[in-house]
Amino acid sequence: MEVLDIIKPENQVFCKTKLMTDCPLSYCPGCGHGTAHNLTMEVIDEMGISEDTIGVAPVGCSVLAYDFMNIDMTQAAHGRAPAVATAIARTWPEKYVFTYQGDGDLAAIGTAETIHACNRGENIVIIFVNNGIYGMTGGQMAPTTLEGMKSSTSPYGRDIETMGAPLKITELIANLPGVNFVSRQSVHTHKHARKAKKAIRKAFENIKMKKGLSFVEIVSNCNSGWKMTPLESNIWMEKNMFPYFPLGDIKVDGKLK
Amino acid sequence: MSELKLMKGNEALAEATIRAGADAYFGYPITPQTEIIEYLMTEQPEKRTGMVVLQAESELAAINMVYGAASTGKKVMTSSSSPGISLKLEGISYMAGAELPGVIVNVVRGGPGLGTIQPSQADYFQSVKGGGHGDYKLYVLAPSSVQEMSDFVEDAFDIAFKYRAPVLILSDGLIGQMMEKVYLKDQKPRLTNEEVIEKYGDWAVTGKKGRERNIITSLDLQSEKMEARVRRLMKKYEKMEKEDMRFEKTLCDDADYLIVAYGSSARISQKAVELGRKKGIKIGLLRPITLFPYPKQPLFELANQVKGILSVELNAGQMVEDVRLAVEHKIPVAHFGRTGGIIHTPEEILEALEQKIIK
Repeated sequence: MEVLDIIKPENQVFCKTKLMTDCPLSYCPGCGHGTAHNLTMEVIDEMGISEDTIGVAPVGCSVLAYDFMNIDMTQAAHGRAPAVATAIARTWPEKYVFTYQGDGDLAAIGTAETIHACNRGENIVIIFVNNGIYGMTGGQMAPTTLEGMKSSTSPYGRDIETMGAPLKITELIANLPGVNFVSRQSVHTHKHARKAKKAIRKAFENIKMKKGLSFVEIVSNCNSGWKMTPLESNIWMEKNMFPYFPLGDIKVDGKLK
Repeated sequence: MSELKLMKGNEALAEATIRAGADAYFGYPITPQTEIIEYLMTEQPEKRTGMVVLQAESELAAINMVYGAASTGKKVMTSSSSPGISLKLEGISYMAGAELPGVIVNVVRGGPGLGTIQPSQADYFQSVKGGGHGDYKLYVLAPSSVQEMSDFVEDAFDIAFKYRAPVLILSDGLIGQMMEKVYLKDQKPRLTNEEVIEKYGDWAVTGKKGRERNIITSLDLQSEKMEARVRRLMKKYEKMEKEDMRFEKTLCDDADYLIVAYGSSARISQKAVELGRKKGIKIGLLRPITLFPYPKQPLFELANQVKGILSVELNAGQMVEDVRLAVEHKIPVAHFGRTGGIIHTPEEILEALEQKIIK
């Protein structure tokens, strides 16, 4: 078999996600953002809604999501993406509107916007990538930084006596009646990525059925910020992040699990 | 045809917003402008025109809702008063940077801090000298009557979309709260989604049907690109100065002395001009209608005619700096203002002119 035969479409097992642009990702090698982007774009592509989807990019590592996701996107101020998405969904109720946010953006500076968009049950999807650190600014303590975890602003480890416990914002918003679907997933193995994609798919299908707000958290790594190799960071994540942020569905069809 | 009504300034502005064919209003209560959102909530414009009205969780959320809807080419407004506008400045700077149209209303109260709920013009600097971060300007309209609270809504939207830029209507607690007769314009239809896509599809994020994707952002990490963006903004502001500067002159032709005042101060100064003329002092009034672009040229020309200028403001002296810049120190320029929510009387203004300028 010639090389050209192998890459014929009918012979391809995997291909580049169609809705991702050719722009090289700005993420560190080993980071989960790329996979989370891919999965989101695959869902939008497979549902055939790319021409009716409007995405809202955050401030943080994924601020440049609009360079990579080949759909209409607007970039929000730090933490304000749920407010921006609210207005788009309210004025274009037939569109698919989603935000893509990190933990500093969604669970610190944007806590009010997050809680109130969830409480109003806006018909949008929030994709929340939680890697327990501020990556873009070089590894500072985030609201989700684990107890004892070192960062450049918690150099001796997070002290919960002075800094409070890591914020479980996902559990918090799951209790709000306006929120229909809440799931926590990860993307560090194929098996996990498939489950995450299923959750993202359900979230976007909920928009179609006007079920209210769907929230998918992706617990991810930040090998650069955590000062580990990609493999070490994934092992550390499984060992330390997953016990505190357990994976699985938290709320389905408006009912807490 | 237009409808004649007796209304509060805030209510007239709210009604005019519906009639201008606005798509959405997002706001948060704060005195003395709360009647705007109350009027809209009571009026239920979603039933009249399909316009969305939403009470946000904060002024921050409200201005970012404006940013969101404006990203999609919709005609959208928010309103607040001074402390709330301070919060909105983040979003206003982002809107200027991302080149988004939108109308922001400030019904000014006294400051700094929580200040007072009484009328003031102490947000002049904040309105015309940036306020938020970065190199940007706001097109600022200053109504001085309930009629202008109504008329300037459509003007503001027209300018916002002409330049793809945020526009500020700078009112104050006096104009917002007082009742006057007002001629309301007829209802303009809201654009359909198809019309929005047709008109603004070359930049707005409406879903990339039949075209390449659109991106709305204020971020350019490459210095050359960012500088090009800033230059593009500066070009817009130059164009505003050339094409859309507005002012009004009253009794200036034979004037020996000039009062410069905008908004509520201009209303009161009109009376001071009358009182002065009764005493035989030839006073004229120049009322800037746009505070940016500022009527620099008309002021410069009047400086060849009048002997001195009094800048009358409800603040400790803000616009007076721009008057001095405009006349290039050719003639004496003084400031008269009250603060703390106190409104100056026409008599006080005339006395200040006599003491500070005529001497």
